[in-house]
Formats: sequence, C-alpha cells, structure tokens
Amino acid sequence: MKSIAFGQYYPANSPIHRMDPRAKVILTVLYIVCTFLCRNTLCFAALLLSAVFLTVLSRVPIGMILRSIRPLIVILTFTSLINVFMTKGERLLTPSWEIPLWGAHVWRIRIFAEGLWNALFMVVRIVALLIGTSVLLSYTTTPIALTDALERLFSPLKKIKVPVHDIAMMTTIALRFIPTLMDETQRIMNAQKARGADFTSGGLIKRAKALLPVLIPLLVSAFNRAYELASAMECRCYHGGEGRTRLKILHLRVSDVFAVLLLVAFGVGIFFLNRVGILYTMK
Amino acid sequence: MDKLCLEHIGYTYSVGTPFEYTALDDVTAHIRDDRITGVIGHTGSGKSTMMMLLNGLVKPTKGKVYLDGYDINSTAKELYSDWLKRPEYQNMRKSTAKKAIKAEVQRRKRGLCFRVGLVMQYPEYQLFEETVYKDIAYGPKNMGLSEEEIRERVLYGARFSGLSDDLLEKSPFDLSGGQKRRVAIAGVIAMKPEVLVLDEPAAGLDPLGREQIFNEIRQYQRSTHSTVIIVSHSMEDMAEYCDDMIVLAHSKAIAEGTTAEVFAQISMLDEVGLDIPQITQLIRMLRKRGIDVPENVYTVDRAVELLRDHYQALKGSQT
Ligand SMILES: Nc1ncnc2c1ncn2[C@@H]1O[C@H](COP(=O)(O)OP(=O)(O)O)[C@@H](O)[C@H]1O
Ligand SMILES: [Mg+2]
Repeated sequence: MKSIAFGQYYPANSPIHRMDPRAKVILTVLYIVCTFLCRNTLCFAALLLSAVFLTVLSRVPIGMILRSIRPLIVILTFTSLINVFMTKGERLLTPSWEIPLWGAHVWRIRIFAEGLWNALFMVVRIVALLIGTSVLLSYTTTPIALTDALERLFSPLKKIKVPVHDIAMMTTIALRFIPTLMDETQRIMNAQKARGADFTSGGLIKRAKALLPVLIPLLVSAFNRAYELASAMECRCYHGGEGRTRLKILHLRVSDVFAVLLLVAFGVGIFFLNRVGILYTMK
Repeated sequence: MDKLCLEHIGYTYSVGTPFEYTALDDVTAHIRDDRITGVIGHTGSGKSTMMMLLNGLVKPTKGKVYLDGYDINSTAKELYSDWLKRPEYQNMRKSTAKKAIKAEVQRRKRGLCFRVGLVMQYPEYQLFEETVYKDIAYGPKNMGLSEEEIRERVLYGARFSGLSDDLLEKSPFDLSGGQKRRVAIAGVIAMKPEVLVLDEPAAGLDPLGREQIFNEIRQYQRSTHSTVIIVSHSMEDMAEYCDDMIVLAHSKAIAEGTTAEVFAQISMLDEVGLDIPQITQLIRMLRKRGIDVPENVYTVDRAVELLRDHYQALKGSQT
C-alpha cells in the first residue's frame, strides 16, 4: 500500500477512480479544451460548477484540493493584478488618478469593469484547470495506470517506429522504484545518523560531503536492484512488447464512453452559451 | 536499575494523510542495566519503530523516553524552570545560565546516538567506505576522537564482532552477507555505547551464522556489562540468549519481565501469533502423554537435564 503513496494519488473507491485510465486521459484533455472555450459569465459559472461536481464525485477531501491550490496563490494574484490594471475597456470605474513618476511623466491609473471581469475569469479558469486535471488524473489514477493508458493511447505511433512500449516500460519501472528508493534513502540516512552523521550543520561543502555515506550505499543498492530486476525479467523471457499480453486488461466500459460523450456535450454547450451575452463577454 | 524507560509511548506514521498508521500505541516498558533484553513480536508489531525511538532517530508522537532518568526529547525550554535551581546554574546570571542549559541540552542530543548505539535491521546496506577499517571508523570519527583512539576503537569493534584482522583492509562490498553484517555491528560497537541495540541481528543468516552472532553478542555483554537490546521474532533465540523480555503485539506491549516470567505465560504468546520454541512444544506433548516433567522448559539444555533426571528416577524405581 505504501508503494503507491507518492505523488498525489489518493486511494478511494469513487466512480472516477474506477474509470478506465484511457478515458480519464481523454476527459482531461477535453476538460482543458473546455476551460479555454469559456468566454462569458454563464460559461465560467458552468465551469466552476463542473469543477465542484467532479471534486464531489471523486471523493477526494476538499481540504487536500484547496491545499494543492495554495502554491498558486502568487500566480493568481499576479495575473489578477495585471488584468485589473492593464485591460482597457469602455466602462471606466475610477476617476483618472494620476501618479507623478519622473519629470513630466505620469502614470494614469484607470480601472475598467472589463478588467475586473477578466481578472475574475482568469482566476476561475486557472482554478478549474487545476481542479479538473488533479481530480481527473493525479488524485485518482496511479502513476502506473497512467503510463499504461498513455502506452495504449500512443500505440498507433508504433507504425512510425516510435518505441512506445519500451518508453512506457521504462517509465513504469522508474515510477515503481521511486517510493522504494525514497524508503531506502530514509533507511540509510537513519542508519548513518545512528552512527553520528550530521546532515544539517556546516557549510555547503561539509553538507555535500556528509551526504556521501548516503549516496554510495543508495547507488550500490539501486544498481543491484536493477541487475536483479533485469535478470528476473529475462528469466521470464521478457523480450519487449511484441506479442506481450497483460495481467490487467483495460476495459473501456459503457460508462467510460458515456462520460466522454457527456463532456463533449458540455463543450458544445459552452460553445453555444458563449453567444448568450449576459453581464460580460471576454474578447 | 532501569537504564531505559518508555512511558506511554505512541507513534504514528504519516500523520494527517490517508496512510496514517499507528505503529506504537501506549507502550510502557523498562529496560534494565547490565542485562540482555529481548524485544519480540510478529512482523509489523512495531519493534523497529520502538528501537528508533531509543536513540532519538524518531520522536514519539506521545509519551516519553528516559535514559538514566533524563527525558531524551526534552527541550531547553521545558528544563529551564527545573534546572535553574541546580547548584551548577544557580550562581550564574540568568541569561548565562539559560545559554548554558541550552548548550547542555544540545550536547546531550548530539551525544545520544553514541550512548545508545543502534544497529538497524539489515545493516549491511549502510556500508560505504573503501575499506572495512574506514567503515568501522566512521562512528568514532564522528565522535571527534583522535586518530590513535579511533584505531583502538576499530580493533575493539572488530574483535567483539568476530572479524579477523586480515579483513580490515578489504572492501566491504567484497564480503559475504554475514561478514558485512558483522562489519556493521562492529561499526556501532566501536562507539562503545552504553546501550547496544540490535534490530534483528540474525535475520537472513544460516543457523550457524545465527548462533555465532548471538554468542558474540552475549560475550560482548558479559564482558562489558553494558545494556544490550536484541530484537527478534524468533522465540528460540530469545529463550536462549535473553535475560529479560518485552513482548509486542499489534502496536502494544503485552508482557515484560524476565525470560522465565514471560515464558510462564506461554498460552498468551500462542495467541499473538509467535512460534513457541520446538523444545517447549515437545515437552508439552510429553506431559500430555503422562510423563512428569515441568511445563515451562524453553531451552534444549534444560530439557536434556530434566529428561535425564526423569530417566534416572525411572530406572531407580524399576530396580
Ligand atoms: N516509514 C513508514 N511509513 C508508514 N508506515 C510505516 C513506516 N515504517 C513502518 N511502518 C509501519 O509500521 C508498522 C510497524 O513497523 P516496524 O516497526 O518496522 O515493525 P517490525 O519491526 O516489528 O516488523 C508496520 O505495519 C509498517 O508498515
Ligand atoms: Mg523490524
């Protein structure tokens, strides 16, 4: 159980967790397109609602999702400020404040209603983008299922000699060993700390040197693991993707197709909603 | 006297994530000076976690760990009010005394891993130096000892863990598994810790290797009179080599006392999923067949002795 507990995967049993990972990849791409299709107030309201709906459906705690938004606050503030101050429109909200700069130069602050709307829309767009992708993919799909899905989706590229299977196998193995190596690092660090290693004090060079007793055993064991895995795979006659069958066969179910169609409908809906000019429409 | 004392220890991994796991739950245990204490429990019962608490590698989520009566995780702030009354700090200015207390706490924290030497589970994966000598010297070097003293310590460690001198200049990566394990043990013994903790020192070794390692540990304890803690899930080894025992099951300490006291509760050990020593099972079966021998026999030597007596008595009554 611990071995998949890295990245953001949140184990739960929700309709989104159960979905075919290929469908989820397609849904994510479609959802990203939808966020960029939105132009007016109605569309953005619908977008926000859909993000909330997906979150509830995924059974990922709201707290976790809000926490993942936190690092974006700087970017969100910055985008909003630029939009508020730089958009030129027709409905001026402020009197023309003028701030003297140097010499005869002045900076004229003019805030337009359009600027405020644009800022709001950008925030909603970025937040929905983040929630959509994390709820549809990172929180609900294990990295290994994801590579599996990508391998299948890109398999047509095999025709033009792209080694899709090998790339996917390498990615899967790398992903599989990240938590193992992290565990191992922790263990070796503890073992060296038990012998008095000090990783936190001293200058840069001293600290880098203190890491050697961790890095060397880590590398040795990583190489050993790699050799062992390679032998184990050869013993099972692994010779690449040709004719290989799978333990977990991905099944595209009716519900998966339905979900994709639903999202396509949502996109089409947004496309038409864009023409209903209520309150404000982005240019 | 109690060397180490755990009071109502709780430890939870990954607090606040979906992978939260309570590895230790309200564990209270005492480890006596100048004895070999065995910590026994099934896999996943929290033994390794408990050992990492003893030298401050991890801090308990709840409860306290005392080494010679000193709470190893105490901070200077917690100690000010108490220690300012001590004679050595009383005639200092308050700010100087506080600084001195802070320095002392820091010093104790840093010295803790040298006082409680921990050999982790599968320690052979921690070796990194070019030669066995240098690897054993890593701990003493971190203690800031002189070159001369380090040399003395390395030979001391190597002797107790049964490494011959010709191995010292070899690369640790060229050794066999059992030899690597010894190098790792020597690296901790070389720090001359007051408490030596060995987490599953014999795991994965052949029977002969097991016996040798345990004998060396016993010899080490008997000649240094230090406190030794051995973790294992094998009752057979524990019965043979430990003076005291602590039994862990499902994150809780369910029994402690001398080996004889703990083995007297054998039915309980049965329930927590530990294998009872084969010799004990044999004696139980003999009793069921009506042979009059005492119930709690857990080493082969004792069993041989008892059965011989029984046989003599039987022969005596026949003639
Ligand atoms: N780093 C960790 N993160 C989460 N859980 C852990 C971690 N290390 C150990 N555990 C869990 O804590 C429990 C006790 O582990 P441990 O103390 O190693 O047991 P033992 O040594 O008795 O086999 C196990 O169930 C294990 O899965
Ligand atoms: Mg363990």
